[in-house]
Amino acid sequence: MAPPSARRTGHSRRAQYTTFFGYLAALVGALAGGTLLVISILNPHAFASWRGAANDAAAPAARVATVGRSGSYGLFGTIAGYVMAGSQNARLQKEMAIARVRLAEAQAIADENRRLKALLGLRDADPRPVAIARMISSTAASTRRFASISAGARDGVTVGMPVRSPLGLVGRVLEVGQSSSRVLLVTDTESVVPVRRASDAVPAFITGRSDGMLQLRLINLGINPLHIGDVFVTSGSGGLYRPGVAVAMVTALTRDGAIGRVLSDPAATEYVTVEPVWNPAPELPPAPTPTAPPRKKKASATHKPTAKKKR
Amino acid sequence: MIAPRLQRQLSSPFRKRINRAPSPTVALALPWLTIVFGSLSPILPVIASAPVMPPFGFLFLIAWRQLRPGLLPVWAGAPLGAIDDLYSGQPFGSGVLLWSGAMLVLELIDARFPWRNILIDWTVGAVLIVAYLVLAAVLANAAGGHAPLSVILPQLLTSLLIYPLVERLIARFDRMRLVRIRRVH
Repeated sequence: MAPPSARRTGHSRRAQYTTFFGYLAALVGALAGGTLLVISILNPHAFASWRGAANDAAAPAARVATVGRSGSYGLFGTIAGYVMAGSQNARLQKEMAIARVRLAEAQAIADENRRLKALLGLRDADPRPVAIARMISSTAASTRRFASISAGARDGVTVGMPVRSPLGLVGRVLEVGQSSSRVLLVTDTESVVPVRRASDAVPAFITGRSDGMLQLRLINLGINPLHIGDVFVTSGSGGLYRPGVAVAMVTALTRDGAIGRVLSDPAATEYVTVEPVWNPAPELPPAPTPTAPPRKKKASATHKPTAKKKR
Repeated sequence: MIAPRLQRQLSSPFRKRINRAPSPTVALALPWLTIVFGSLSPILPVIASAPVMPPFGFLFLIAWRQLRPGLLPVWAGAPLGAIDDLYSGQPFGSGVLLWSGAMLVLELIDARFPWRNILIDWTVGAVLIVAYLVLAAVLANAAGGHAPLSVILPQLLTSLLIYPLVERLIARFDRMRLVRIRRVH
């Protein structure tokens, strides 16, 4: 294609100034971008309100677009499903037979659990969800894994609330707009979820790997006790996530842990529930408070003489 | 008699009215609108658990810039990048910086290689896409992530392969830009 002649400004002062100020504006724009970037690196939530407003503005369109997604498992998942349908069917039937037995056992355990809890006078701690929302978008082009859901401050959502689907944990609320909010998915590299193995309570941490898989890191170092197929649930330590929500299944072992698959694949979930922040803190303090003050006095009494001796 | 005339009309649907002219609003606004729509691609009904989608906003920007130099001003990268940052999940400012940088780099390349063909366009586009994706990943990591760079490889491949198609799409939009819809008295 022939080069455009618009670049040559000729003798026109106006054209010369336009070109010059165009370059100047581009440079200023780049510098402003650098400044904004430094601000948002130092304070990641500095522009949260702008993003919230932008998400709110785009939410209606996204909601319409989402309607067609229900039940599909993503494009590649669908294609792979067709290819592997036969062998998968056989495998699933075998698994189904085993699962039926397991389900009966689990039912029995749940019954026993309810009976014991009733004896102890505990109520079932299944909290009522704050909101039920649609997953409307995700940052599919960035290495950070955020998603938007169609519930915001208007529905009572606040920062830090865990988001889950019937299949397991999806993430937690990071920024809240009026009618939509931004969720940090468990597959993001910044997300850390304390978990334990569902069968016994081997504690571990789950961090995202940004490629759809999860990195499981064991807390107790030693011989790796994990096996492929182990399911991990949230342990509830540190608050935020209530215990017992399924998160991941081990698909490959590494030296110090494992690589896991997300149980509630965000691509396959349409509706998610936002749960209140699970905060066990109010129940804990009453026990240590009566014993704490005398101990402190004793400690200070024993420390003072030693301090004097040193002097 | 009628068939050839109909065929001729269908082959050039934008030139069938004599007293019509292209609307300057559409002609000027369409590039900006398509790029903003590209930036809105995260709201497509694809919830991805890995970075797999090409950065359509950026691809549209460099495609418009390469197909119609001079249509977008040099400073267009800053405002369009800011809009992209609101949806892309990148730290705010990374789009402003990288898109402005890409526009300036394209301006330099234009001065150096005024005569171009598809191969040069694709090569320049590929270099810019690779640089953009790698730098975007680095900036996202600086703002809190710890993703290894290997994560962007699939996205890199799809972006490089889809770029010529994006250019064809933008060429279609460029024809649409000059639809004769304004009545001339």
